[in-house]
Amino acid sequence: MSDVLSPLHDEHVALGAALTSFAGWQMPLRYTSDIAEHQAVRTAAGLFDLSHMGELEISGAGAAAALDHALVGDLTALALGRARYTMIVREDGGVLDDLVVYRLAEDRFLVVANASNVAVVRDALIERLAGFDATLHDASLTTALIAVQGPRAEEIVTSAAEPADVDPIRELKYYAAVNATVSGVPALVARTGYTGEDGFELFVPAEAAAELWRDLLAAGEPLGLVPAGLSARDSLRLEAGMPLYGNELDTTTTPYEAGLGRVVKLDKTGPDGEPLPFVGRAVLASRKGAQPARVLVGLRGLGKRAARHGYDVVMSTAPDSPVVGHVTSGAPSPTLGYPIALAYVTPEMCGEGRELAVDVRGRREPVVVVPVPFYRRPR
Amino acid sequence: MSSFPEHLQYTVEHEWVDTRAGADAPATVGITSTAADALGDIVYVELPAVGEVIAAGAVIGEIESTKSVSELFSPVTGTVVEVNEAVVETPELVNSDPFGAGWLLKVEVTETGPVLTAEEYAAQVAG
Repeated sequence: MSDVLSPLHDEHVALGAALTSFAGWQMPLRYTSDIAEHQAVRTAAGLFDLSHMGELEISGAGAAAALDHALVGDLTALALGRARYTMIVREDGGVLDDLVVYRLAEDRFLVVANASNVAVVRDALIERLAGFDATLHDASLTTALIAVQGPRAEEIVTSAAEPADVDPIRELKYYAAVNATVSGVPALVARTGYTGEDGFELFVPAEAAAELWRDLLAAGEPLGLVPAGLSARDSLRLEAGMPLYGNELDTTTTPYEAGLGRVVKLDKTGPDGEPLPFVGRAVLASRKGAQPARVLVGLRGLGKRAARHGYDVVMSTAPDSPVVGHVTSGAPSPTLGYPIALAYVTPEMCGEGRELAVDVRGRREPVVVVPVPFYRRPR
Repeated sequence: MSSFPEHLQYTVEHEWVDTRAGADAPATVGITSTAADALGDIVYVELPAVGEVIAAGAVIGEIESTKSVSELFSPVTGTVVEVNEAVVETPELVNSDPFGAGWLLKVEVTETGPVLTAEEYAAQVAG
């Protein structure tokens, strides 16, 4: 099966991007240099094509109630124009996907899913919407998603926006969204992202994406904006300690193990005021407060060689020391200048400052448990 | 099709060897622009020690970028007589000048492994 092409594919080719196959899409891995793109987002701004992400619209008088049943979060309580990070889990509490849900109207929500999980999430939602006055529309292929991330993002997006929309965009709070016209294109502009920087994500009709992309690039270039690929996106999110589905999250992992128990709203109630038995609640309720078998931690490498996804975490650099966990994501941090990793370890090993080691292709490299995020933007 | 310096010999693992200095002089070894581009920004290079005896086809080091890591295979059998300390200090030299300042090591060669001409290597890369 051949990859789906982004509506911005021709732009990427014209910019000389190295393309990669990602979750069934052909997407830009990098345009010039991973590190230069990463640093641009930390110091100025980066322009990302995220059109591979899935957009599922849920509408109907029962949409909020349906999502309360289908997801772990409390979506009835979500205010109009606000967004929430949440998850969809199986009955056994295993994570099917992590999601951002936007409330577009009292009776209309936008569920943004990872590209690799769109079909799974769509099918699960359709099944869980049965019996509610709510319908699902999959807009993934007709919606383009362009992100502007970095300290100059607000200047760039507002400079391309209709004058009347400048203040509403500027005043947007983190995890809030507003309809606006940007370079003549009707967009849902959200102050969200996956980089640890201030920034915006613009949901636009696929056919208008190229025009918006070129305008944002032109508006941003004098301010240091560069197009940035999936490689920079991954190193940015890792420094910010944000989980990636397939690495830190999967169907064998509960939100509690991932340190994301805060997204599970066990006490959300139904119309009768009783606790709502949402999908996964029974198992998650029994896990809450219990010691999980493994805990997600941050590791700082003390050597130069970086731990990578799948490597064993061991108790020490001694050759016979036992395996105590495994690395889920790891890379040399461009901002910090040393290797960083996220890893699941046994609870006894998770204390900050604890010295462990990682088996890096047969050689044990010393690491120390550090707080996550590794990087926090200056405010 | 990309073109590669004609005076070098290449391996299928994307190393190059420069034997122009003659049979009695050390050969210079590096990785190709294709390998460097595929890795992305190189942040760490691990090379064998001077004096180490290496065998053609064996893993003798590793090259790490932000995104991935790649093993370095020796294109020749012999003794390492010099390593490029500049690339250990400044690994991005391998990206910026893979066939020049980004060379990796010099080897007193006793035997050469299987190599390709620039044209053959270009055909393989285009493959």
